Amino acid sequence: MDITRRRLLLLLPAAAVAWKYVQAGTPETAPNYKMTEHWWAMLIDIPKCIGCGSCVRACAEENDVPEGYYRTWIERYHVADWRIERPDVESPDGGKQGFPPSEIGGKNFFVPKLCNHCAESPCTQVCPVGATFVTPDGVVLVDKSYCLGCRYCVQACPYGCRFINPKTNTAEKCSLCYHRITKGLTTACCEVCPTGARQLADLKNPKDPIHEFLRTHTVQVLKPHMATGAKVFYNGMDGSVR
Amino acid sequence: MFKDIEHLVRLAAVMAIALIAFATMRALVVPRSFGEYGHYRGDAIAEIAARPVAFAGHDVCEACHIDVVEQKKQGKHVVVPCEACHGAQAKHADDPASVKPAKLDTAVVCARCHEANSAKPKGFPQVATADHAGGLACDICHQPHRPKIETPAATKPATEGKK
Amino acid sequence: MQIPVEGFMYPNEVELQWSILIVLYPFITGLVAGAFILASLERVFRVEAVKPTYRLALLTALAFLLVAPLPLQLHLGHPERSLEMYLTPHRSSAMAMFGFVYLWYLMAVLLLEIWLDYRRDIVVKSQTTTGVTRLIYRVLTLGSSNISERSLHIDERLGYFITVIGIPSAFLLHGYVGFIFGSVKANPWWSSPLMPIVFIFSAMVSGIAVVMLLYMISTRLRRREIDICCLDKIAQYLFYIFVIDFSLEMLDLLQRIYEADESFRSLDFMVHTRLWTSQVIVQIVCGTVTPIVLLGLTQILSLTDTVRKRIYALAGCLTVIGIFAMRWNVVIGGQLFSKSFLGYTTYKMAFATREGLLTAITLLILPFIFLLVLVKLLPPWPDAGPVPASGASPAHGTS
Repeated sequence: MDITRRRLLLLLPAAAVAWKYVQAGTPETAPNYKMTEHWWAMLIDIPKCIGCGSCVRACAEENDVPEGYYRTWIERYHVADWRIERPDVESPDGGKQGFPPSEIGGKNFFVPKLCNHCAESPCTQVCPVGATFVTPDGVVLVDKSYCLGCRYCVQACPYGCRFINPKTNTAEKCSLCYHRITKGLTTACCEVCPTGARQLADLKNPKDPIHEFLRTHTVQVLKPHMATGAKVFYNGMDGSVR
Repeated sequence: MFKDIEHLVRLAAVMAIALIAFATMRALVVPRSFGEYGHYRGDAIAEIAARPVAFAGHDVCEACHIDVVEQKKQGKHVVVPCEACHGAQAKHADDPASVKPAKLDTAVVCARCHEANSAKPKGFPQVATADHAGGLACDICHQPHRPKIETPAATKPATEGKK
Repeated sequence: MQIPVEGFMYPNEVELQWSILIVLYPFITGLVAGAFILASLERVFRVEAVKPTYRLALLTALAFLLVAPLPLQLHLGHPERSLEMYLTPHRSSAMAMFGFVYLWYLMAVLLLEIWLDYRRDIVVKSQTTTGVTRLIYRVLTLGSSNISERSLHIDERLGYFITVIGIPSAFLLHGYVGFIFGSVKANPWWSSPLMPIVFIFSAMVSGIAVVMLLYMISTRLRRREIDICCLDKIAQYLFYIFVIDFSLEMLDLLQRIYEADESFRSLDFMVHTRLWTSQVIVQIVCGTVTPIVLLGLTQILSLTDTVRKRIYALAGCLTVIGIFAMRWNVVIGGQLFSKSFLGYTTYKMAFATREGLLTAITLLILPFIFLLVLVKLLPPWPDAGPVPASGASPAHGTS
């Protein structure tokens, strides 16, 4: 199919209009987006994750994540019999290139990780200047033009989701693809997940399938004892995951 | 009487001047939008939201590549989003005429998902590629958009459905 | 650069965030708080024996306080933005309050107390010196040269009042540094309500030890006789406070061992491997138990002055090393293990980088240079100009 941009615009006015907002970038040009109408979260279905690393690669490309740092990553767990408190975990290059075959017996599974976009986030609590914050739609963001690079937030995150970007010398973390979700797209990681193991969810939207899912499944968050109000929900998560 | 505390009054004056200078500077330097929504720069939200996207999203792909959508519907790969294999295509979607996606090497792309690994869900189709294909590219036998091989003789060239 | 990792770390955890500079920061603020509390012993609690160290302790506190923010400043990714800490301080952040506690302590307590205490000397010097020196003293007088009996009496009363405020302020300054670490719930090595208290007591220990050492060195350099009564008294206080400090640390340790929560196995392994030298050998054995035993001996046995002086000097040095090791183990130790409790990383200290060893050494020498300047400017010794008329200065050279 030989198609030009002009022809696309002629053929598919609806798609073209939507795409214009996507390209233009600013939230003002996505006029339908109201921060107060959303409360973002994510659902991770562990039994569906195949550890392909697509999410890690897509995240790095979408967000220009520097080599050796991860806004999202995948861990492979190996739990031998009853030794639930001592799993063997690995995450070579954050699972970016997938995982080498594992021949070991016992229970094996993948756990994708990302910022939990905590409602009571310890990282925003400790920021001395207000360079990181929870937006009205429930996303934890970093203002890289205001961040001091004191690294207190990196210390305060119980999940190891933050790092200092060596190029900007400021704190960085998953933004839940804020530039995408405010334009009606899903996050890059969810977009490329081939099995639907990752799903963006809007807790304020009554039509979002997350509500039905949460009602009917055994769901857990990471480190619930930290009481951070984590909003990344894991389905089918083993007790060994930390 | 005043003379004996004069030095303290002078000190107080120095401190007062310093405080006023600080308050003035604070009023001048703090960004306008600070505190708009909370203890942060309100404009930061819009700045972060303004970042251009790299992945177009499968809805955009499907608007043009209707034939591929039809093909995918016939197989299990119907749930696999386009950019999971083809990579970020926002640039292509923006200017389809001049930005063309690269041809994929199926030996690499397919193995990312289907290489056997004991940590993968049991029901997920996986093979040890070395044994399964012996180094052959996957698309010699499988059509990536509709991977199930129904009649091996009817296998079509892999490029079909792309152009 | 590959950082050696043992077991599993979350991928972003491999690199340490807080380097040796952040070790220096609690160490230096601790010296400030400790030195000030020693000074307040004389002023508020009327311990006359330690009077010879009063002014020296104040100047030491000031010299270290001036250096205290430098390691923080140097480790920031964007030092040019540090003023934001004052402009838009985040009230829920322990770190944001540092700026204000620091300013309060520097401006409202230390500088004011020193100024009031030295005002008479400053006025006298502004009239007896010449040239640039004179100008400096003139500025320091703030244009008021009244040193009448009554004005000095007012200064004395106000100074006392400030010292009284200064003691809780010194506790605040360092207790809050402890809180910066103690309040991080994500990190079990830090998260402890005892952290601020342990920090305060260890601060007093290190500050007193440093002033004691400085007193001994400066007296020797000035070829004067060391006031052994003063030294005995300081050593006695050092001993008592050290015992309290050690008890608190052991209490914390026992609690951890007995509770043995989810992090214990991981932390215990770390102490027995990566932190064994710095924690057990340097901090506990050499830097805490040994000086406590040495100081304890001087309390029990009747030793000659010379022997006591040597013991004090040795115990003082070991104490300072021990407290430095304690800061190291808190700051660096707290970042060596994974928050998944499944692995450990390694701290590789660079040498000639912004956060390297060379910078750290410079920052440790800097307070002594500041102190030298301060001592020249505001001699703390009683013989450096007691008679206003002969202000042309008898040799108060330390060098």
